[in-house]
Amino acid sequence: MPQISFIQAIGQALSEEMERDPLTFLMGEDVVLGAFGATRGLHEKFGPVRVRNTPISEAGFVGAAVGAAMAGTRPICEVEFASFFYCAFDQICNQAAKLRYMSGGQARLPITFRAVYGAMGGAAAQHSETVYAQFLSVPGLKLVVPSGPSDMKGLLKSAIRDDNPVIVFEHGALGWLREDVPEGEHLVPLGKAAIKRAGDSITAIAIGAMVPKTLKVADKLSKEGISVEIVDPRTLIPLDEDLILSSIEKTNRALIVDEGHLRGGAAADIAALIADKGFDFLDAPIKRVTALDVPIPFSPPLEKAAVPDEERIERAIRELVGR
Amino acid sequence: MDLGKEMMLQMYRSMQRIRHFEAEIRDLAIASEIPGFVHVSIGEEASATGVCAALRKTDRITSTHRGHGHLIAKGGDLKRMMAEIFGKRGGYCKGKGGSMHIVDFSLGILGANGIVGAGLPIATGSALAAVVTGRDDVTACFFGDGASNEGTFHESLNLAAVWKLPVVFVCENNGFGEFTPMQTVTAVKDIAVRASAYGIPGQIVDGNDVFEVYRYASEAVARARAGHGPTLLECKTYRWEGHMVGEQAILGHGSYRAESEIEEWKQRCPILRFEKFVLEGGKVSGAELERIRTETAAELKEAIAFARSSPLPNPSEVSDDVFA
Repeated sequence: MPQISFIQAIGQALSEEMERDPLTFLMGEDVVLGAFGATRGLHEKFGPVRVRNTPISEAGFVGAAVGAAMAGTRPICEVEFASFFYCAFDQICNQAAKLRYMSGGQARLPITFRAVYGAMGGAAAQHSETVYAQFLSVPGLKLVVPSGPSDMKGLLKSAIRDDNPVIVFEHGALGWLREDVPEGEHLVPLGKAAIKRAGDSITAIAIGAMVPKTLKVADKLSKEGISVEIVDPRTLIPLDEDLILSSIEKTNRALIVDEGHLRGGAAADIAALIADKGFDFLDAPIKRVTALDVPIPFSPPLEKAAVPDEERIERAIRELVGR
Repeated sequence: MDLGKEMMLQMYRSMQRIRHFEAEIRDLAIASEIPGFVHVSIGEEASATGVCAALRKTDRITSTHRGHGHLIAKGGDLKRMMAEIFGKRGGYCKGKGGSMHIVDFSLGILGANGIVGAGLPIATGSALAAVVTGRDDVTACFFGDGASNEGTFHESLNLAAVWKLPVVFVCENNGFGEFTPMQTVTAVKDIAVRASAYGIPGQIVDGNDVFEVYRYASEAVARARAGHGPTLLECKTYRWEGHMVGEQAILGHGSYRAESEIEEWKQRCPILRFEKFVLEGGKVSGAELERIRTETAAELKEAIAFARSSPLPNPSEVSDDVFA
């Protein structure tokens, strides 16, 4: 199995799915050139009708993706940075998310939205935010947050084949992360979490780029006999409640590691789920390690202080296991 | 333009259906028989009818919160529309959309929309789909003067122009955005001039003259279908009724337009103008028009009976249709 990067995995998934389905097409800001590398070469391969640079006009082209989907195609729509979704909030939240329901099931909206999110080193608050929580309470959307190249490829392929609007959040700091990725058909279903490391002292539910960070901490702590089980939900909607709860049933301790903000975040949502359905499994309070409730700052020491790092993850695990 | 008798009678039927439908809806809303907000388009029948007459069945439209007329003109089923507005299971959207959200994909009706300006990018995308799939379908996008101040208007015109998409943007300028006179919040007198900012044709149209609307819409549709890109039509028209039925209850004694202005526009009624034109020209007989009016009244009776007898949705259906 060849080792490829997170960005190459995106490119592979796009290329394979566009080859597979002539109704797919790709549009977004600088996708022809492939500003971040993921879409490089697709314009040459699929031509100008199916690979289109858009103006910097998020409401316009995100809304156009909605219309194109309703008219029978399968758009893949890229906004460069996830914070730019704010410019197209109506098109995603009022249109893409709701039109199937509001039309009594007549509309089909097979759209894949892609965007880079997260703190990636000095990009400041308008290019570094983890924005998926803003979409958690909008029924009708699926949210995908891959933590590495193999899942990236498999989840993106599934997202493109899904008949609903799916937002795929691609962490900017994971771009050059490499791992073995199956060639060709490799699908990871939406709604199936993965155990990234088995353990029995504590369950750490880690999202996106928090998975590799938590894995490092788990490696370190394993030398002291603290065995961390890492559950990667992979998709926040649908959420694999069963795997999260069965892991906690085994470990009796739950930590959620999320780069989103604390207030109203994905971690809060998962914590509430555990409190609702897994209270009897718990021997300790549920803990969250998240970004602070501040806009993500520019200067490197401030940025580091705002988002979860290995130190904070380690401290939280030690607190929960009492060692 | 010689349209032929059949086409003219079809246009008349469409305008009569809209007028009757909207009058019934207004009365039913006042009688509290239908829930929610309703916006009727009495006085604006010609723009919906003239544009849709220029379209094929396989062409698509997007519509607005004031959308009943567009849907009827595109062939919408009065029974299922009425049932939807009643919130019944037999409605187009099984009662999940209501007055502002009626959709019929089989007729190319991509939907009315409750968000002003939301239809513009959707129509643009629908036109893009035609290009991607290599079909020659055209999409007509209805919106109001209010929407032309939304960012989506400008973004969509630019995108459609850059990609030469087969879309016709139809601004129905009825003079008011909700209760605010258009000229007090809009930097230009005519919306049509905004087309020049995007290098596309912009045309002012007498929106109360169904023949003129049809003529300009046909040209714009032909241009779009031939791959020459979008056109902006501005149909000047007027809303006889308020922004929404029952608005006096919230406005109190407040008034935002003069009675004389309403009366003046009633003199320019698109239906009366049509009747005068065809009868004076001897193109159709009064009896033929009378027959259409009688048939339409009967259709409306049936539609209301259908809506009344259709069951309410079962609460167990509340979670259906969120996802495909």
